[in-house]
Amino acid sequence: MTDAAGKPGIISMRGLRKSYGVGTPVETEVLHGIDADLAEGEFCALIGPSGSGKSTLLNLVGLLEPPTAGELSVAGQSTTGLNEQALTVLRGRHIGFVFQFHHLLPAFTALENVMMPAIIAHGVATAQDEAVAHDLLARVGLSSHEYKKAGQLSGGQQQRVAIARALSLSPRLILADEPTGNLDTHTADDIFALLREFNRERGSACLIVTHDPRLAARCDRRIELVDGRLAASTSVAEPA
Amino acid sequence: MARPRLPFEFLVALRFLREGRMQTALILLGVTGGVAVIVFLSQLIAQLQSTIIDRVLGSQAHVVVRPLEEVNLRARTDPASTAVIEPRAQRLRSIDQWEAIVKLAEEQPGVVAVSPVVSGPAFALRGRASKSVALLGIEPDRYRRIVKMDTYMVRGKFQVEGTNAIIGTELAKDLGVTVGDKVFLRAAGGRDELLQVTGLFDIGNKDLNRRWVFTTMKLAQSLLDLPGGVSNIDITVTDIFDASEVAARLQAGSGMTVDSWMTTNSQLLAALRNQSVSNNLIRSFVIIIVALGISSVLVVSVVQKQKEIGILRAMGTSSNRIMGVFLLQGALVGFVGALSGVGLAWALLQIFSTIYRTGDGAPIFEPQLDTGIALSAAGIALAVGVLAALIPARRAAKMDPVQAIRA
Ligand SMILES: Nc1ncnc2c1ncn2[C@@H]1O[C@H](COP(=O)(O)OP(=O)(O)OP(=O)(O)O)[C@@H](O)[C@H]1O
Ligand SMILES: [Mg+2]
Repeated sequence: MTDAAGKPGIISMRGLRKSYGVGTPVETEVLHGIDADLAEGEFCALIGPSGSGKSTLLNLVGLLEPPTAGELSVAGQSTTGLNEQALTVLRGRHIGFVFQFHHLLPAFTALENVMMPAIIAHGVATAQDEAVAHDLLARVGLSSHEYKKAGQLSGGQQQRVAIARALSLSPRLILADEPTGNLDTHTADDIFALLREFNRERGSACLIVTHDPRLAARCDRRIELVDGRLAASTSVAEPA
Repeated sequence: MARPRLPFEFLVALRFLREGRMQTALILLGVTGGVAVIVFLSQLIAQLQSTIIDRVLGSQAHVVVRPLEEVNLRARTDPASTAVIEPRAQRLRSIDQWEAIVKLAEEQPGVVAVSPVVSGPAFALRGRASKSVALLGIEPDRYRRIVKMDTYMVRGKFQVEGTNAIIGTELAKDLGVTVGDKVFLRAAGGRDELLQVTGLFDIGNKDLNRRWVFTTMKLAQSLLDLPGGVSNIDITVTDIFDASEVAARLQAGSGMTVDSWMTTNSQLLAALRNQSVSNNLIRSFVIIIVALGISSVLVVSVVQKQKEIGILRAMGTSSNRIMGVFLLQGALVGFVGALSGVGLAWALLQIFSTIYRTGDGAPIFEPQLDTGIALSAAGIALAVGVLAALIPARRAAKMDPVQAIRA
């Protein structure tokens, strides 16, 4: 897929469907055929009421679970027919996650959490990986908390560590599921600003699920889901 | 600096183990105890068995060649069979072509030493004392490789020539003789000879100390009326448990009666085998219990670590590597448990060897640990650790990352 400027998109969804409980009496379709694209470097909000399928869509795009039907391409590569190993490689190389409940590894320090994607990718932490992690933690304002265990940090601090971790391999795509969901307004603004900053600076595309209309309004574009379908209000990208 | 130096799987496996402190401690305790029991028991039984076998074989050849038993062949009227085979009273006979058989035996693989022996019954007389003895005509240099006579000598050397004789301490006491005294020996056929006692032995068996009288082969041949012959050939083999095979081969090759210590001591051997079987049974139970322990603790750990597994998967960890992390935990627990288990077994051996002593104060068993036993127990622990981790590891690998992240 290519966007208006002719650049290939980072995500392309065509007729994407997802059902749960396939083959059981409680089979339910959650996503009913989604067609959408995300351009390289785009900063996009994914909005919609609770239960509309936002998290489900994000998990499909994040290659954490397969669609029941439809075509999905990530970073220019079709994911149809890829095995678990290939999906893992694609995910590790191009996608960074920020979850609502920050989901850090509690047994590891803030620094180790930020290095973890690099350790997974490289097998063992290199000096370069460590330098990058120090740098990222400095950027999110946590230099003095590098050696604290993840569980000893406040919610806002943990979410900042999670953002630093998502950026550790400079992915082309960041998927954030309600990254500010359980933070106060002020902290939420900080976190959002950080994502925006990294997006501008590094050109990582962001797809951010949010319930906060204020934050959604500050994105380049909004994709709205209603009951597993795209709503008409989905806008086009503004020029950066 | 602050960068973790371990490869991903080790880093995560160790951190997970460290995080589940109590569980890890319990599981390590279990493996340690299991390994210690196995090593201690194996060591104890191996030592006791080798002590028993040493005692039995201390005065006995591993393999003995004898002449074929004579039988009577008698014609029968029954047309169905041409002859009836009946046993006949055995008289002292020589092994036909014994020099050739000695040579044949020496060429057998697994044979260490071969010693022809001229043996038969006789009476030792002195004054009014008359004792029934077993006369053994030997070549000392050959025979000392069958029975370690040098280590049993109380007085004199294990060396015979001319009319010298070496007798046991009990016989010397019964006859009231010692080194330098003379003893009159009369064989069953009526031949007799005056022998000079030049050495006394104590084999650690009263019966043998009372019965065995060593002389030269030549003297025994003339007393027992076996000119140029030998009554049996004693053989030592490298591996005592190969004795029956060597015996069978030799029997096929020589046509003589060939027995191994294993057939003459079949009851003892059966007892030792039963002991080994029960040891293996105990070992198997311990291994199963330890494996179940490791498995169940890791299964719980997989459930507890569901969220972490999901996060690691989202960050690009393949399910195979997740499996590796849990297999490694099993291996680490097995390995560390094996080390401490071997250490504990060693300590137990030290303690028990000082507590349990024979009547004369010598330890019943040596406190050393056999490297083979220790290494194999450690190997088993490692393998059991990995195998026990297999089911939990597969569960971890199959875990749905989305499920973990949604929670
Ligand atoms: N594993 C599952 N099995 C069955 N149904 C599921 C499963 N996961 C999600 N669903 C259903 O799919 C629908 C969409 O869920 P999803 O989590 O994507 O909603 P959402 O838009 O993220 O909601 P929220 O804003 O509350 O997070 C819901 O009705 C949910 O119950
Ligand atoms: Mg959601």
